[in-house]
Amino acid sequence: MQKEEYSKLSEKKTKNSDCIKDVTKAFAVGGLICVIGQALFNLYTQIFIIDEQTARILESVSLVFLSALFTGVGLYDSIAKIGGAGTLVPITGFANAVVSPAMEFKAEGLVLGMAPKMFIIAGPVIVFGTAASVVYGVIYYIVTMCMT
Amino acid sequence: MDYLYSFIFGGLLCAIGQILISKTKLTPARILTGYVVAGVILYAIGLYEPFSKLAQSGATVPLTGFGATLAKGVAEAIGEKGAIGIITGGLSASAAGITAAIIFGLLAALIFKPRRKK
Repeated sequence: MQKEEYSKLSEKKTKNSDCIKDVTKAFAVGGLICVIGQALFNLYTQIFIIDEQTARILESVSLVFLSALFTGVGLYDSIAKIGGAGTLVPITGFANAVVSPAMEFKAEGLVLGMAPKMFIIAGPVIVFGTAASVVYGVIYYIVTMCMT
Repeated sequence: MDYLYSFIFGGLLCAIGQILISKTKLTPARILTGYVVAGVILYAIGLYEPFSKLAQSGATVPLTGFGATLAKGVAEAIGEKGAIGIITGGLSASAAGITAAIIFGLLAALIFKPRRKK
């Protein structure tokens, strides 16, 4: 094997192993965040005897609160360095994407600095999520009208 | 079992996100947007509801769950109020998550000092 080929191959190998490591870490950290959510849900339904639908809402709100707190004290960034997508994909990642720019751009003013930046990632998520749900709503409405 | 399934399925959804980041260079905003829209579609074709029953928080905590909440809200609101539900259902159902993010975000930004990015 030529030297160049070898270095190329080894580079590819390390890249692949890095990728596998990152995916494993994302799996573990993301899975753990979901387990914390489930523990909160069980706490609300079993200890506080709250109905399941409300408990799911409280679970999301609690995770958003914890994420805002961890982001505020600078811990979320540290966890995100390990977890990668494992800290992005859960709702805590959505909250982090709101809180983090809000803190960073506070110095540029509350109205023109902080508030608009809160939606730098949340904005597209809400816009396209809502749009998709409206498209689904129109189809669902037509289908149910035709069936009755 | 709820904990195990939450861990496995929630972890898998995150692992898919990590593969997307590593292989496609998609930005976080695009990944989150994709996840929410995917959640709406998966709910619409009837897959997310049974998946949630099995995966529990592994389905509700990832952002696909947010999309499923939007879609479910629309379907339920149409059932209760008719066509107006098309525009009221989604955001009504997801109001708690969005409002929490805004309020706690606002509070965190006002209370905590930003750290210098290294």
